[in-house]
Amino acid sequence: MSDKSVDQSTIKMIKKAKSDGIETVWDRLAAQEPQCGFGQLGICCRNCNMGPCRIDPFGDGASHGVCGANADTIVARNLVRAIAAGAASHSDHGRGIVSTLLASAQGHAPDYPIKDEAKLKALAAEYSIAVEGRSVKDIALDLAGQVLDEFGTRKGFLQFVNRVPEKRRALWNSLDITPRGIDREVVESMHRTHVGVDNDYVSLILQGMRTALSDGWGGSAIATELSDVLFGTPSPVKGTSNLGVLREDQVNIILHGHEPTLSDIIVHAARDPELLKEAREKGAAGINICGMCCTGNEILMRHGVPVAGNFLQQELAIVTGAVDAIIVDIQCIMPSLPQVASCYHTKIISTSPKAKFPGAEHISFDEHNAMNTARKIVRLAVENYSNRSPEKVSIPSDQMEYMAGFSVEAILEALGGSLNPLVDAIKSGSIRGIVGVVGCNNPKYKQDYSHLTFVRELIKNDILVVGTGCAAIACAKSGLLLPAAASEAGEGLRSVCRSLGIPPVLHMGSCVDISRIMQVAAAVANVLGVDISDLPLAGAAPEWMSEKAVSIGTYVVSSGIFTILGTIPPVLGSKNVAGLLTSGAEKVVGAVFAVEEDPAAAALLAINHITAKRKALGLG
Amino acid sequence: MKEVLINAERCLGCRSCEIACAVAHSDSKNLLGAVGETDIPIKRIFVHQAGKRNIALSCRHCEEAPCIDACIAGAMHRTADGLVDNTGGTGECSGCWMCVMVCPYGVIRSEIDRRLALKCDRKCMDESAEPACVRACPTRALKFVVVDEFSRDRRQRFLDAIGNESV
Repeated sequence: MSDKSVDQSTIKMIKKAKSDGIETVWDRLAAQEPQCGFGQLGICCRNCNMGPCRIDPFGDGASHGVCGANADTIVARNLVRAIAAGAASHSDHGRGIVSTLLASAQGHAPDYPIKDEAKLKALAAEYSIAVEGRSVKDIALDLAGQVLDEFGTRKGFLQFVNRVPEKRRALWNSLDITPRGIDREVVESMHRTHVGVDNDYVSLILQGMRTALSDGWGGSAIATELSDVLFGTPSPVKGTSNLGVLREDQVNIILHGHEPTLSDIIVHAARDPELLKEAREKGAAGINICGMCCTGNEILMRHGVPVAGNFLQQELAIVTGAVDAIIVDIQCIMPSLPQVASCYHTKIISTSPKAKFPGAEHISFDEHNAMNTARKIVRLAVENYSNRSPEKVSIPSDQMEYMAGFSVEAILEALGGSLNPLVDAIKSGSIRGIVGVVGCNNPKYKQDYSHLTFVRELIKNDILVVGTGCAAIACAKSGLLLPAAASEAGEGLRSVCRSLGIPPVLHMGSCVDISRIMQVAAAVANVLGVDISDLPLAGAAPEWMSEKAVSIGTYVVSSGIFTILGTIPPVLGSKNVAGLLTSGAEKVVGAVFAVEEDPAAAALLAINHITAKRKALGLG
Repeated sequence: MKEVLINAERCLGCRSCEIACAVAHSDSKNLLGAVGETDIPIKRIFVHQAGKRNIALSCRHCEEAPCIDACIAGAMHRTADGLVDNTGGTGECSGCWMCVMVCPYGVIRSEIDRRLALKCDRKCMDESAEPACVRACPTRALKFVVVDEFSRDRRQRFLDAIGNESV
């Protein structure tokens, strides 16, 4: 059992699932093994109906697909399609947020007032929208319009590209990979990977980079920035994490998915006195709203809402028998949830017109009538409380406190209003560098083990860790997001953390909020007058599994940051593609990918990289 | 006599052999037809993971076949071609599963509705005279060869490696 997770609550619930006769993600993985070698190597192609084709990796059989594509073309095409899917997911999430801002500004979404006027005005200024003497609604209307235009803009580049250091912008222009429009890059990637279009793996991967950049400096950045405008810019907040946050005597509702549009309003709906009264009438002491995955990150960093767990715990939350409803929207929601829920009383409620789940109840979430829909959904959970079977309830006691909410603005505030103290700490070496640790869980690897081993090794070596997504939740569950965790850090980082009262691992939000990490990187480079690739930085996705992670990794590398993948991407069927990603890209974008399954060895790669970058900058 | 022999290091675990075996034992004999059949065709080859290796297991048609010895119905027998088969013998399979219990490789399975023991029967050959699993193997991990040909290849590969090392 311990090969599945380092999280005790996970281990306990896997055991309960087994005795309850529930099939989980680990059982399904076992049923899939051995997994197809062609797929693992990325050398199967289903892009046209002359196929499906596959290349014999031993060179004994077919070396070309029916169309004539070789392994390089096929691997590159598959990679670019994964990037396009990941970029599309983040960017469509961003589109949802800006659409809500537009509806709010037009007066059609009364439940979404603008929470951060200062940020609204700062963004408006970036877009050269007049703010003086104008109403918030008028500014928001103009901003929402201009941001929506980014998806199909004809101006030739995305607005937030202006945040990137000049050297990097020049590099992107010279490589012709400056993102020109959010939808455009995804569309062009799909076009180029159609049969008989772009067959040159270098050309394909450059387009993959441009598409990923339209995510990191486009779709994701829009999702982050406008979520802050609508729901408030996060500032340090405390809460609790892991399955132990579920309450035996309360209505437990888990919000799972990604967009804060839904989750934020449900948090407010659950505080409705009428619904609380109904819950009490059912015998519940209250309504306990918990998050999971990135929705969990969105509401924990804005409201300190408890987070019940990360990706691999979604089925296990149901197995506690104590969850009255899981409300889902989009992304990373296992299709198995209704199946698991059918063995308990849990209701699975899907809310996005984009994501339906056979076996779930669907209540379309409507931003124009948000609070009423939210109340309706919460009421379903309250009514379901009395269907709970006490004999099936077993909530693991494991829980841990966290401190989260480190937006760029919050970091600046902690530093006294300027990045200079951070830059000085990096220069002096008390902070040797910064590593972004992000991404998913993957059942092929022991849950959270890679995240935690990697992070602990880094902070011990005076490297500040910034995290998002399921990686950040892993850190929350193990106490690494507490200021007290500074005791695990090296002397330099420890003293910085203690003087500022911050943890050695800063929770910066959900997976779209990796854009926040990019803002910090760009801002530090601008302060020092260098390119991002000159900085002592690295990125890592120790347990990644999703296509979004492929897009993220690619925009991080394309922005000049060395990135370590802890799970093997399906590119090894082409030596040329693998070589370009792990070594050739250094000469092109000033950064490469590394693949290292052993988290301790991966940490060493990051430490050595940071040491080399410091040396090049003339720092000790 | 040719045997199905395996280059285990070439097996990618794609399970193409399993699909082909099932299709070859279907009524329609083609993938799209087979997936729509009411009586789902049953494969007789099994791809498993053993440590980091993938292994395709099927009946070895043993010279001293414990399944033949154990069969009390007289169904499991050796054919004139030297194969071990559970149909066309002196008696009919009664589904007592003695053969299943004695097979050291665990490659005899059941068609439970008909109480029939099922195994590789080589009734899957096409005009190329190769079994379906071998034809389907995209990496040629499965070979249908006479044993000495296989060992000659192995020997040659070893000699090539040694030769390259000494260059």
